[in-house]
Amino acid sequence: MSLSLTVSIAKSLLMARFKQTMVAAVGVTFSITMFIGLLSFMSGLNSLLDGLILNRTPHIRLYNEVQPSKIQPIDRFNEFHESHNFVNSVKPKSSKLEIYNFGAIYQALQKDERVLGVSPKITCQVFYNVGASDLTGSISGIDVEAENKLFSFSEYVVAGNLFDLKNTSNSIILGKGVAEKMLANIGDVIQVTTSKGELVQLKVVGFFQSGLKDLDNVQSYASIETTQKLLGVANSYITDIQIKLHDITLAPAIAKEYREIFEVEALDIQTANSQFETGSFIRTLISYTVGITLLIVAGFGIYNILNMMIYDKMDSIAILKATGFSGKDVNRIFITIALSIGFIGGFFGLVFGFTMSALIDQIPFNTEALPTIKTYPINYNPNFYIIGGIFSLITTYFAGYFPSRKASKIDPVIIIRGK
Amino acid sequence: MKNKILEAKKIVKYFHDPMTIKVLNDIEFSINQGEFISIIGRSGCGKSTLLYILSTMDTDYEGELIIDGVSMSGKKEGDLAKVRNEKIGFVFQFHYLLNEFNVLKNVMLPGLKLGKFSAKEVEHRAYEKLKMLGIENEALKLPNQLSGGQKQRVAIARSLINDPLIIMGDEPTGNLDKKNSEVVFNIFQQLAEEYNQSLLIVTHDNEFAAKTNRIIEMEDGKIIRM
Repeated sequence: MSLSLTVSIAKSLLMARFKQTMVAAVGVTFSITMFIGLLSFMSGLNSLLDGLILNRTPHIRLYNEVQPSKIQPIDRFNEFHESHNFVNSVKPKSSKLEIYNFGAIYQALQKDERVLGVSPKITCQVFYNVGASDLTGSISGIDVEAENKLFSFSEYVVAGNLFDLKNTSNSIILGKGVAEKMLANIGDVIQVTTSKGELVQLKVVGFFQSGLKDLDNVQSYASIETTQKLLGVANSYITDIQIKLHDITLAPAIAKEYREIFEVEALDIQTANSQFETGSFIRTLISYTVGITLLIVAGFGIYNILNMMIYDKMDSIAILKATGFSGKDVNRIFITIALSIGFIGGFFGLVFGFTMSALIDQIPFNTEALPTIKTYPINYNPNFYIIGGIFSLITTYFAGYFPSRKASKIDPVIIIRGK
Repeated sequence: MKNKILEAKKIVKYFHDPMTIKVLNDIEFSINQGEFISIIGRSGCGKSTLLYILSTMDTDYEGELIIDGVSMSGKKEGDLAKVRNEKIGFVFQFHYLLNEFNVLKNVMLPGLKLGKFSAKEVEHRAYEKLKMLGIENEALKLPNQLSGGQKQRVAIARSLINDPLIIMGDEPTGNLDKKNSEVVFNIFQQLAEEYNQSLLIVTHDNEFAAKTNRIIEMEDGKIIRM
């Protein structure tokens, strides 16, 4: 049977039950709208929350750790190779946190094609002195330009100028929490005590807010040179090398490689932040589940309406069969009806879904924790629209499948004789 | 020698619900091209049942049915639908027009399904059939705007659209008043005489039957006169 005939019969049957068809289509539209809206919003939120940590976390971090040596002298003794040994009270050897041979490692990393960028860092424990009390804190010495390029540092500097850190010697960008406790303003000079007991005065050039309150209460930033001065070490002293890769998925493998080549600890982002991936995954799963549930409910609506239509049109189906339409033709007509409901409903659903996302995107959303966000986050991923569209067709197909099969099995003799 | 267009060989049919009853018993007869035949008999004698078997819609029987030289035994539902579409025109007691379509489209549907002619040609042919039956002016009306007699004439036009081998009717005048019954009968007669159309009509209107070429009378599932 030609397609145009199928379509024209399907259309006539649809128009005969226009109101119910509309209700069914609106059901699909509603569910697709919610599906798109929900997923766009959820996934926007996901990338926002992930970005909160992941964008600021290096893909690989190279560092040294104070830890007991894995090889004890007895292990090197060949005579006892076949034996077990027990060594009590093993203590860490006095090793430095400094990365040895930083210059050579840095150059090797710069040459590695898989690496997007490298940013050295020093961590330094200090006390902020406020009158009579001391606040524990931590100052990170950073390469301002590299840090900004790799970790969008400037986005979190809420007041002052980031580059003053580099241009002004003995300057500091204070964490927002620290600054509030110290009542410090930009241009003020504050005093910190280093771990070696020295008192150092630093000029405040900006404030920094990460959105993580605990971090903002302790963390401040200074340039590498200033931090080296605080610690009283040579200008080759670096405790951390932060690496960003072109492809984040390679991080665990490359971390392992660097651990062996450079003989340092290497931590990859997947190991360090596995809980964020789990969180994102669960949120995405929930939004898909809700969206698909809505669609299935709409599918039941279509199923009902088609069933009613088949009871209603029993005579018409019987006569179509009597005049030479096969069960397959009848089946195709009802599947066409179901799919057109799905297509029209789905199409408007995608349009409204986009509109809804665009509207949510305009709603102001200001929060202390997220200084860079002004409106609700929305992710306009075309995949959501493709999935939504395909799913609306699949659901309506299955909703139409059983009623259509029932229609195709109607025995014309029973209907016609029954009159 | 005349052309056999339909042949029934030892057709036996049972009803199983509520209990097994033999409703048709060894039905054996044939129809030649151009014959105008009526089947008569009391209610429940199995004449409608026979007609539905002959029309290929009922496939639950024993025996053999041959239409246009081809046995219908073992054919699939889709193939039987094709046979109905191409070779059999059906007129029922009730008109069974589709209310969603206008008269013209109703007549055209089996023709469009056959797909032998383009939509335009089918439309032209449908107009001709309607004209032949004197209802071309109603072509664009919906079925529920027509009178009972007009509806039945549309149903006849629909049965004619694919130039079928045979037209089968199940009490086509059963729902009509005397005047309209006569109109319908005259149409059938005209078809038989002028167009050499074969017709097989089930009726219990003896007056109607008397005017046909050949009468098959049934009683208790058997043919007693033909």
